[in-house]
Amino acid sequence: MSQPFTTLTSIAAPLIEDNIDTDIIIPSREMKSTGKTGLKDGLFAGRRYGEGRTPDPAFVLNQPAYTHAAILLSGDNFGCGSSREHAVWALVEWGIRCVIAPSFSPIFAGNAVRGGLLPLVLPRTMVMALAAARAPLAVDLPAQRVTAGELSASFEIDDEAKAMLIGGLDAIDLTFQRADLIRDWQASDRLERPWVYLTQGADAGVC
Amino acid sequence: MPSLFDKLWAAHAISTTEGGATIVAIDRVFLHERTGAAALNSLAAAGRMVRDPARAFVAMDHIVDTLPGRTDRTLMPGGQAFITETRSAAQAAGIRVFDVNDPDQGIMHVVSPELGIVLPGLTLVAPDSHTCTQGAVGALAWGIGSTEAEHALATATLRLKKPPSMRVRFEGALPPGVTAKDMALALIAAHGSAGGQGFAIEFSGDAVRALPMEARMTLCNMATEFAAFSAVIAPDDVTFEWLQGRRFAPSGVMWERAVAAWQDLISDSDAAFDREILIDATAIRPMVSWGTSPMQSVPLGGVVPQDAPDKPLTYMGLERGQALLGLPVTGAFIGSCTNSRLSDLRRAAAIVQGKRVADGVRALVVPGSSAVKRAAEAEGLDRIFLDAGFEWRESGCSLCFYAGGESFGAGERVISSTNRNFESRQGKGTRTHIASPEVVAASALAGAIAMPEMSQ
Repeated sequence: MSQPFTTLTSIAAPLIEDNIDTDIIIPSREMKSTGKTGLKDGLFAGRRYGEGRTPDPAFVLNQPAYTHAAILLSGDNFGCGSSREHAVWALVEWGIRCVIAPSFSPIFAGNAVRGGLLPLVLPRTMVMALAAARAPLAVDLPAQRVTAGELSASFEIDDEAKAMLIGGLDAIDLTFQRADLIRDWQASDRLERPWVYLTQGADAGVC
Repeated sequence: MPSLFDKLWAAHAISTTEGGATIVAIDRVFLHERTGAAALNSLAAAGRMVRDPARAFVAMDHIVDTLPGRTDRTLMPGGQAFITETRSAAQAAGIRVFDVNDPDQGIMHVVSPELGIVLPGLTLVAPDSHTCTQGAVGALAWGIGSTEAEHALATATLRLKKPPSMRVRFEGALPPGVTAKDMALALIAAHGSAGGQGFAIEFSGDAVRALPMEARMTLCNMATEFAAFSAVIAPDDVTFEWLQGRRFAPSGVMWERAVAAWQDLISDSDAAFDREILIDATAIRPMVSWGTSPMQSVPLGGVVPQDAPDKPLTYMGLERGQALLGLPVTGAFIGSCTNSRLSDLRRAAAIVQGKRVADGVRALVVPGSSAVKRAAEAEGLDRIFLDAGFEWRESGCSLCFYAGGESFGAGERVISSTNRNFESRQGKGTRTHIASPEVVAASALAGAIAMPEMSQ
């Protein structure tokens, strides 16, 4: 269950760089908890902090205009690298609910939808124009539209992801509604591919 | 007519959702200690059971210590809690753990094929981006996040939109000394680190067919650095011979029946793909990265490109036009889910044998699994590395990434058989160059990025 996402209006922090990987979003050394929280201090730690963990004023989220930005603008292949969902959890915990980029790593995009963070794809020229506009940006997910002053653009998102985000839906609950179907499928698959179905302790005699 | 990916997809498609997603059957789930506790505890807190614990496994690989005599204690601050909490959560759920000192311990993408847990025609997911490695045996394998892992554990399915397909054909024979790692880096350098974005990729062509099983894993491993959804290689006799007799693989009559079914796991001759890439394998040379993305790689004899952006150049301490060969290194790492299997260690050992690591170079070999380590020791590879001045470690992900414990130094230049040369990947400020194990071995001896003799 994640926080539902419908509309969002915020200043957008520009981090216009391709291949912002999940090591940049949250370095592994900052994943100090075995849970899903306590991560925002580690967000962009390698960029955000200078010597002695003092904020580096050059980093966008340390600039007063963008400290409270709920939208991030970035380059191609955002969220590439490690599949760590902590990248999404850290962004959301910090207060970012939408990343706008020309493309996303597939694993990151999936994690984002599950975590209530909208991965919004727009062409690079539009992302650059939004960054240049420096105006508050309005994201309307039901209408699939982004507006900033005079600028306006529609965006694509697949229906499943859209419904999950708007409803803050729990995918497991949805899938449980089809439990019978899954059970039937497995019963017939078990006849077709019996070697797929392992039994507990199948290797016990060997080791 | 269907491609291999179409067949794998169709064989697992249970149902379609209102939103146009498919409920896909998941045959195997792997977890690891870095995120396993988060997924399993969250599942338990919601009162949800693991649907089929016999088809789920936990590997202790990401942050376990790799020093001899290891325990649950690890150099990563607070790391022990990740190990103990994952272990107890897995035990409570009835999931098999390849524990810290289990003879089957190792990196999940090494252990799973080695034990025959992944098989042709299966779907396998894990909260690790390099899960695509396991597509090398003809499985549909992909990396997911923790929440998706919970879904897979609770329902034995995932909901996803069918990804587009891509075929990457490597035609012609690789020159001597050119490896699967070089194929991957050449592909990513030519088409960018987003070049395969979201695609279910099939690797094919003469050069792929000619690869031994473990090298196929290296090639598929790097597909995530190409932003692919997954990578698969059609299973053939190389695959079947390699898998037969492995502990979790079917045996006897069931093996025969499975192999008969797996014969169909090929793309039909007229299969359609959303995108095709053709690579001339004869033109590939040993590669090395110069920047902070795997796409920033060039042939070993090459130079830093003239159009290189400032940011990676500053980070790496390089200039445009600078030659990669001869760049002094003070670190050399052989290991990771990319290049830590027995064949990788054998090829590196052949270069190292009878020689010495250059003064001032810290060189390590970290076998991909405890089984690989034992096999290497049985043939004396550990002695070759130790006599040359390498450290010989216990198995794990180790210095492939810096988790707050062991690391290379700031500004230190390291040659590494790993998959990511990201900023601070192997230590804060560490400058990582990725390459094949052969190049790492030759460079460790030379104290500078060097060409292995057989590739010259």
